[in-house]
Parts: sequence; C-alpha cells; structure tokens
Amino acid sequence: MSKISRRKFVTAGLAATAGVSSLAVAANLAKRYGLVPPDSSGIYGPGETLTYAAQRLLARHSLAREFPRSMISKVPFANSIAPLNDAFKRLQAGAFADWRLSIDGLVARPASLSLADLRSFPVRRQITEVVCEEGWSYVAEWIGTPLFEVLKACGVLPHARYVVYFSIDPDWWESIDMADTQHPQTLLAWSMNDGDLPVAFGGPLRLRVPRQLGYKSVKFVTRLMVSDSPKGFVSALDPKSPNFGYAWYAGI
Amino acid sequence: MTHWITVISFIALLVSGVEILISHPRFYWGEVGNSGTPPLFKIPIPSSRATVPTGYGYVLPDQNGWSRYLHFEAAWVLVLTGLVYIISGLWTRHFRKNLFPAPADRKWRAFRSVVAKHLRLAAAENEADSRSYNVLQRVTYLLVIFVLVPLVIWTGLAMSPGFNAAVPWAVNSLGGRQSARTLHFFVSLSLVLFLVVHVAMVVLTGFASRMREMITGVAAVPQERT
Repeated sequence: MSKISRRKFVTAGLAATAGVSSLAVAANLAKRYGLVPPDSSGIYGPGETLTYAAQRLLARHSLAREFPRSMISKVPFANSIAPLNDAFKRLQAGAFADWRLSIDGLVARPASLSLADLRSFPVRRQITEVVCEEGWSYVAEWIGTPLFEVLKACGVLPHARYVVYFSIDPDWWESIDMADTQHPQTLLAWSMNDGDLPVAFGGPLRLRVPRQLGYKSVKFVTRLMVSDSPKGFVSALDPKSPNFGYAWYAGI
Repeated sequence: MTHWITVISFIALLVSGVEILISHPRFYWGEVGNSGTPPLFKIPIPSSRATVPTGYGYVLPDQNGWSRYLHFEAAWVLVLTGLVYIISGLWTRHFRKNLFPAPADRKWRAFRSVVAKHLRLAAAENEADSRSYNVLQRVTYLLVIFVLVPLVIWTGLAMSPGFNAAVPWAVNSLGGRQSARTLHFFVSLSLVLFLVVHVAMVVLTGFASRMREMITGVAAVPQERT
C-alpha cells in the first residue's frame, strides 16, 4: 500500500460517511414535509421518491397546460372499460338522477351529493390534455366542480393527508395527496366538450387530475374518502387492484 | 466507475423503454395522437393493448407497471451519474485534454483523413495513436455526451404531465407532446446505434486488454497518455 492509496482510502471513507449521513438527514426532512410517496419502499422507491419530492418541492402549484378551443380533439379516444355493473345500469336507466357522490372519512360534515348538488358549486371549465401512460393523448374541454370546493364545504380535518376516490366499479379506486386535492385544476367533471360527460369517458362523474397520467382520472366516481393514510388503497401495492404494479404518483 | 453505472442504467432504460413502447407502437407529430388519429408511422409489432389496431390477432401481456418504475429510476441514476461525470470531467479537464479535438485535428482535412483511414479499416499505426482518442472518436463522444444524452432527457421530461405543467416551454418548443415522444424514440435509436458501434470497436481493438484497463483504470502498457 502506497501513501497515496491510503490517503485516497481515508478521503473516500470520509466522503462515503458524509454521503450516507446527508442522505439520512434528507430522508428525515422529506418525511416531515410530505415528500415521500406511499410506494417509497422496495427497489423502485428511491426513483419514485426523487420524482415526487422534486415535483412537490419545485412545482407544487404549477398549472397543467390549457389549450385554445381550436386544439380540442375532433375525435377524443375512449379507452376500453370493464363491463358496467348492474348498479351502474340501474342509475343509467334513470338518467343518473339518483347518482350520489358520498364524502366521508376525516371531514367535519360527511355528505352525499347528487349531480344537481354538484352543479350548484362554482363551475370550472378547462381545456386540458388526457395523457395515457401507454403514450397516446387527446385534448378536451372538461367542465365540473373543483374538488377543493366540495372538500371545503365538508370541512377537511387538519390531519388529513390523502383523498381516496372510488368508482362504482368495486375494483377501481385511486388516491392523491392534499397538494393535488387543493389544486384548482383537480376537477369533479360532469361535462365534456359542452355536453354531458359521455359514459365512455367516465360519465356521469369523473375525477380529472390533469397534472397526472390518465390512470389517476378514475371514471364513474361515487365516493371520496378523506384519510391520513392511503394504506390498503395504494393500487401499486394492492394485488386486487386493476392497476396492480403501477406507480402511485403519476405526474412522473 | 461512472461508465459502468451508465451502462447498467442505459440497458435498464432500453429494456423498459421497449416494453413501454409495445403498449402503443404508433408515433405521431404535434400535441395529440391516439388509435383514432392517423399515425406518422407505425412499428409493425403486436401490442400489449387490445385498443391498438396492429393487425395481429393477439395481445401481449401488459408489463408497464415495473417497466415504468424501472425506466424512471434508471433515468434518475443516469442523470445523477451524468452530473458527477460532467463535474469531474470539467474539474480534471478531461473534456479539454482527451475529448475536445486537438488543434491540429480541428480541420476538415484531418477529419477526412481519419474517416478515410477508418473506411480502409486500418489499425492504429503506433502506440501513441492507440493510447489516445482520434478525432472521429472525440467528436462522437462529445456528440453523445453533450447532445444526444441531454436531448433524450429533455424529450423524456417533455412527456411528463407534471414537468410540463411546471415548464411548459420544454414541450411546446418541441412542437407538442407527441412530437416529444417521436423525438425521444429517434434519439434513443441513435444512442443504441452508438452503443452497437462502440462495443464493436472495443471488441475489434482487443476486448480483454481494453476491459482490463477500463475496469482497473490502469493502462495495460504503462506509459504516459498523450
């Protein structure tokens, strides 16, 4: 062993110690400030955490691109959906007059809203792109009730951290963090391109999260559950979910 | 060290990238594109989605879950390793000394003579030649490090809805999201082409000794590098 290699060895050791301890400090800080996604364990955890933390730190309030009316896709693409169940068909037969959106969990005033109730909130219209993880996309105008308006009316409790939202299809749900629930473009959409939201696109009610990939925009939404933990509902960790294996955070 | 981490992450990106591509082997230009709009071109392979009209009577299994996780984690590894490499390369003047073409070589004539020599498959004429990068290698490496890799990262980021919300010009300047996806495909293809030629050259010039040098960082024939 020469002198230089010993010095190199000590330097490398010090650098490694500094690296490991600063990583530990960073991990603690990240946890405290809500920068760790629910699927942060396992071999893909570091990549997911870096992406989620970077976007929450640097772009928490940024708005998804909105497009001019001329860019609305003439033929929006309706992705395939699982066969609709009897509960859905019954409601469809009644023109969705009895469709209810229930809000429960960590709220001061749980509620059950009809589509007419939803329309009485302030309305938001936005022309945004639906981006599928497969690679395709289309632009449409989405009209609906901002999620934060509904949550505000229900009085979200201070320790809430996630909202889990469920489709009428019992095998379909997703969850988002409070940054996305409070985002102005997160929309309970009941209309598309100036008509009622077609069933093929998630009608009568779809939660649109335009800063994330299409699979976070669940169709046929019937329930919002406000929670301090998405445990049991993170599709990436739950083999029962149709999205088994997909990342929880889909802003990439 | 950074070289081998990059090799591993590049292979991970390539495998997962091909897997993701299979879910929609059609390419478009502009902002939007889907199975209901005419493609710029199609890749004639079966797809992992039944909604894609491929002409094949069967659908491949969906592997996008782990593929996407792996793709983005490997991208982080590539970016962070690349930063370490760039900073250390500037610090040790590696780029200026070993990669930026030597003054004598910054002329078309010098460039042409190296190209001509390559076309005749002439081996390195002397020790000095084989110990330093020739002008063709230098230009190629600089192109990969400072053009293709940054471009593949940029076009990749321009497909992220979260990133596009924060930095809209990154995607708008490319002509839209589908243009970014198409460009990402072609830049990746160029990098694969580089990889093939690069590995072929290493094999042709003596695999064992080059590997020994690269892994240990010590030249097989101890002498000053020129």
